[in-house]
Amino acid sequence: MGSLQLKSIRKAFGGHEVLKGIDLEVKDGEFVIFVGPSGCGKSTLLRTIAGLEDASSGSVRIDGDEVGHVAPAKRGIAMVFQSYALYPHLTVKDNMGLGLKQAGVPRAEIDDKVAKAAGMLSLEPYLARRPAELSGGQRQRVAIGRAIVREPKLFLFDEPLSNLDAALRVNTRLEIARLHRSLKATMIYVTHDQVEAMTLADKIVVLSAGRIEQVGSPMELYNRPANLFVAGFIGSPQMNFIEGERFGDASAKTVGIRPEHIGLSRERGDWTGKVVHVEHLGADTIVYLETEKVGPLTVRLFGEHRYEPDEIVYATPVIGATHRFDAEGRAIASAEQGRILPDA
Amino acid sequence: MSKARSSLARTGAVHVALIAYTLVALFPVFLTIANSFKSRNAIFREPLAVPTPETFSLIGYETVLKQGDFIGYFQNSVVVTVVSIALVLLFGAMAAFALSEYRFRGNTLMGLYLALGIMIPIRLGTVAILQGMVATNLVNTLTALILVYTAQGLPLAVFILSEFMRTVSDDLKNAGRIDGLSEYAIFFQLVLPLIRPAMATVAVFTMIPIWNDLWFPLILAPAESTKTITLGSQIFIGQFVTNWNAVLSALSLAIFPVLVLYVIFSRQLIRGITAGAVK
Repeated sequence: MGSLQLKSIRKAFGGHEVLKGIDLEVKDGEFVIFVGPSGCGKSTLLRTIAGLEDASSGSVRIDGDEVGHVAPAKRGIAMVFQSYALYPHLTVKDNMGLGLKQAGVPRAEIDDKVAKAAGMLSLEPYLARRPAELSGGQRQRVAIGRAIVREPKLFLFDEPLSNLDAALRVNTRLEIARLHRSLKATMIYVTHDQVEAMTLADKIVVLSAGRIEQVGSPMELYNRPANLFVAGFIGSPQMNFIEGERFGDASAKTVGIRPEHIGLSRERGDWTGKVVHVEHLGADTIVYLETEKVGPLTVRLFGEHRYEPDEIVYATPVIGATHRFDAEGRAIASAEQGRILPDA
Repeated sequence: MSKARSSLARTGAVHVALIAYTLVALFPVFLTIANSFKSRNAIFREPLAVPTPETFSLIGYETVLKQGDFIGYFQNSVVVTVVSIALVLLFGAMAAFALSEYRFRGNTLMGLYLALGIMIPIRLGTVAILQGMVATNLVNTLTALILVYTAQGLPLAVFILSEFMRTVSDDLKNAGRIDGLSEYAIFFQLVLPLIRPAMATVAVFTMIPIWNDLWFPLILAPAESTKTITLGSQIFIGQFVTNWNAVLSALSLAIFPVLVLYVIFSRQLIRGITAGAVK
């Protein structure tokens, strides 16, 4: 109960086309994340699903029913906003119950559902308060509670964690993951944070300039990016891109290799390079090199390593961990791909 | 330490300036009220003196309350002002909501058209307005005044309120839509409470010219039963003799309703600012 089909959705504001034909299938119970840089159309797509924006053309089906002309409240969706969007004049309890009250649900049933949702989110002590008397994390939990109470077919999240500080973000992320497991509901989630995307999603949809670049599970996107954009967008630090000829592979225009798939040695290796900068993160050490053969290179080493700027080192790519792209930026399928060897 | 002293000096200077301004602004009010309690001779002999037991006199107030239906004038003024403000706020806020919330063809042009009234004084159209009122049999009714004052107040109201409407979070309105609130409910329950400070500002700006207006009551509703207080006070100002006691008493009485309305709106203003915000 809660599938979604999008068919060639287009949306233009004035003469500017923001969505350029989006086709997508979301199965019941899936956690799908739209991710992409600012202005790629991911929020507009979410609003189109919610009915807050009308698509210029194309069809939106929820559970097989065409909802193009159905009001947002009748689509069986609930949405959580980045700015929480709680009603400032209502208490937490009334905030959570308003949707049901509007739908004409009896008082007792509303109280019951609000109490249940408040229990799931440990919001019971705050039910009588107004939003102004809550902290940011509590407000976002109320906003999530307001969505749960409606028992929607689809949960829509619009960058829900962006206004929270780092520690709360991790906690709320875990909470959302736990909710998804316990409610088994279909969730669609928009973010520009790839960590949220990788940790929460069953399926990631990478968008760029109004088009879907790739759809797949987090590990599919990491191991088999379909094109240069996805390869560069997923993974942090960003994948190294090397011209095919300089890499010694004339069959590919560009060869990509992730920073974690390069080994570093002081004695010997394929590429000689000078250390430009070192970042010590504790668990990782990130080394920026300037190499003679393949240009600038980012290397991610696990654990602590002592390297100094201006030191001469040797870098060696892990065999089988490279990604090859043609002149249009599309990935070239090869037998090696997806079979990544452990770090040497 | 020098920093603290200089900021003290600056605060002092600001306070001196504000106190000076307050004195200048309050002086005519003080003069009006003080002289309204004095006998006619005392007003002319020492206009700046406060009433003493010898000069104290209520003759002005007695004249005002005896001559003409002063309570009636008062009621007329209050009815016209309150109803006009209510209509200006309601229609102004609705127009502002439509202009700031919905994308439609001609949105900007419509906004400019509605703001045009700020630049063109409504009195230029007096003759046409009078003809219209005669044709619709509205001369000598309070309705005529209310219609004119509503039209007069709308441009500024639309202009100020639409700027404020744009600052109300889109997410909040969208949350309302998803929860099944109608556009009217979103307007009245979510948006209006958040722009209450702006509404209070508009109410004050609209109220004062309406209360003080002499022009339209004189032209559109000069009948005894529809006279406003400003027009009613004019009977004491003659071409050759002016009954200053009565004029000053009438003006003193006319100050109080405005004061009361102002206090109500300014309290709303403060409450609006301190109410819980979105984030």
